[in-house]
Amino acid sequence: MTVNSTAYKTRPASAPRRRPASPARRPGWTPWLYLLPALVLLGGLLVYPIYQLGLISFLEYTQAQVSGGEPATFQGFGNYSALFGDSQFWQVLSATVVFAAACVLATLLVGCALAVLLTRIRAVPRLALMLGALGAWATPAITGSTVWVFLFDADFGPVNRILGLGDHSWTYGRYSAFALVLLEVLWCSFPFVMVTVYAGIRAIPTEVLEAAALDGASQWRIWRSVTAPMLRPILTVVTIQSVIWDFKVFTQIYVMTNGGGIAGQNLVLNVYAYQKAFASSQYSLGSAIGVVMLLILLAVTLVYLRLVRRQGEEL
Amino acid sequence: MKLSARIAAPAAALVLAGLTATACAPQTSDTGAKGDEKTGTLRVWLFQEVGNKPKEKVVDTAVAAFRKAHDGAKVEIEYIPVETRAQRVKAAFNDPKSAPDLIEYGNTDTAGYVKDGGLADITSEFGAWADAKDTDPAARQSVTVDGKVYGAPLFVGVRALYYRTDVFADLGIQPPKSQAELISTAKKIHKRKPDLYGLAVGGAYTYGAMPFIWANGGELADRDGSSYKAAINSAKARKGIEAYTSLFGAGNCPPAKCAAMGGNATVTAFASGKAAMAIGGDFSHTAVEDGSVKGKYAVVPLPGVTEGSIAPAFAGGNNIGVLRSSSHRTLAVDLMKKLTGKASQARMFDAMGFLPTYSDVRADAAKREPFVEPFVKTLGAGAKFVPASPAWGQIDSSLILPTMFQEIVSGRKDVAKASDDAAKKMDAAFADAG
Repeated sequence: MTVNSTAYKTRPASAPRRRPASPARRPGWTPWLYLLPALVLLGGLLVYPIYQLGLISFLEYTQAQVSGGEPATFQGFGNYSALFGDSQFWQVLSATVVFAAACVLATLLVGCALAVLLTRIRAVPRLALMLGALGAWATPAITGSTVWVFLFDADFGPVNRILGLGDHSWTYGRYSAFALVLLEVLWCSFPFVMVTVYAGIRAIPTEVLEAAALDGASQWRIWRSVTAPMLRPILTVVTIQSVIWDFKVFTQIYVMTNGGGIAGQNLVLNVYAYQKAFASSQYSLGSAIGVVMLLILLAVTLVYLRLVRRQGEEL
Repeated sequence: MKLSARIAAPAAALVLAGLTATACAPQTSDTGAKGDEKTGTLRVWLFQEVGNKPKEKVVDTAVAAFRKAHDGAKVEIEYIPVETRAQRVKAAFNDPKSAPDLIEYGNTDTAGYVKDGGLADITSEFGAWADAKDTDPAARQSVTVDGKVYGAPLFVGVRALYYRTDVFADLGIQPPKSQAELISTAKKIHKRKPDLYGLAVGGAYTYGAMPFIWANGGELADRDGSSYKAAINSAKARKGIEAYTSLFGAGNCPPAKCAAMGGNATVTAFASGKAAMAIGGDFSHTAVEDGSVKGKYAVVPLPGVTEGSIAPAFAGGNNIGVLRSSSHRTLAVDLMKKLTGKASQARMFDAMGFLPTYSDVRADAAKREPFVEPFVKTLGAGAKFVPASPAWGQIDSSLILPTMFQEIVSGRKDVAKASDDAAKKMDAAFADAG
């Protein structure tokens, strides 16, 4: 990690001490040997399921095939063409992308803002904020969603009573339902961003910030030109994590909009895949959706890493 | 981060390599039976009902009779939660070793389970069984796929119109005699008593909506050779859809509330006194009795289009079937007969209120318990069943019909467009199922 600051320049000097004494010219098999346990685990828990996922997406594989009523037949790209030919898929995909983007932006904004806030308040309010955030973080998504949907319930919810909205239904309109889910997603995922970014800010040497302040930089300027660049690796990780999480959101939509909302208006890709794969036992179509999701997330991650690198940062 | 990027490339290559290799296929289980043992333990899965004790007693009596006839056989009954039955049954089909010998199942699942290769064909045993002669046609249809019988009906469930006697007396109105009158009565009540839904309806209440389609002469799907063709977009079916969806709106049941409701939600609304009428089943009796409207309601058959007629109801209910993987076929069939025979069904009615599937047993039951009379009348007028196609399970679980109703009542599509789209999706499901 190299950043344009003197504080970090000292780091490479200390690095060689940790390396083995002999210069590693030809590593041979030794590193692989060390990596073997991890690779075996990854292979078993990641590569094999993905392989099965990919394989099933090329077959006709429904409940009849699983329980042996009919043989599994090879379909080529049949499942994919069925999927891409389905207008609902494109609708769901675009809804997912927009919804995930909104969630990521909101989470990052709120998370970072509260992280900065944490560094500026006294111990007691900081502790309160931390505890509140950790409580939200520790709440299982299904519990959070159930409570959230109760708060906004048309007949019994306290929110309507406090706002005097009568029996207004928050989940009937498409956007208001998505907004409600977004709030819940935001509530349960900002703590991760906040805590991580807060830790990152704490790790920034105070001299750097002091120097900037002495040079007359405003708070916003310090954040933009000093803090944010130094936090870039952390922000990268947090962003990728958020993108992956929010793209894969399931529980909140499933619970809060009752499996996808009125006429499926609030379906996102993961719930859609579940409806296809498990509710209607079309495992192969569900797998195809899974593969498409995997490829999209892989592409997003790679492109993002590429962008970050091109800006001269090494992670 | 650098490391994972480096691993990503070979990992991706590995995945691709794996995908191109076709040597290894995903798991497929063999559900064929391995033999027919005359001793051993029979395992049975029955649904866990709300208030299950009376059901257990009836089952225990039937099992005792079975044990008397078969010394060497033991019976193990397990009551499984209704909500997770789909997963349990699928798991049983996938892993015959841990599967039971007999299962209770919802009758709309018959064709799907048969296609999955899960249920044993018991046509000959059913045909030779004396009790089965009196099984009513709709119930018989619910265990029959392509002319073969895959189980025995345990009970039928049918829906009728619950209405609030106090509200009707208060407004000086009579229970509706025709569909048009039903709709106008519902709107009249809501106008006079805006706190009440006139008739509680739900966008996701498929089985409450079907009578409207059938009463107008429409069908969900027509038999087309060995498969089905969707008929939900026919002119007659559309008339029914029009009638049902006209009940959503500020005049009766506002879509913001009612579009998302399913059958249970409408019955709950009625039971808690929020609706003047609801379409509920004989099986909803307990829920309504437990509500605040106890003693203030009555039930009549849901009216059809012409005055005085009864709209065809959906003949729901459960069956008991023998699993194809059972290694005790003869014993299992015998236990099935004991559980679903006339004596057992009569006792089950007294204990749980489940309507018998035998016309004579049902007529006796109606004499003992006047409450079921409108339901028996409804069944007598000719109940209908969903298409006996394996595709039905998929049509049902992928919410094609609820989506259609919700699209219409939320104003997203008109009846013609929504029903055309639903028909297209249904046809795709029928084509998939073959």
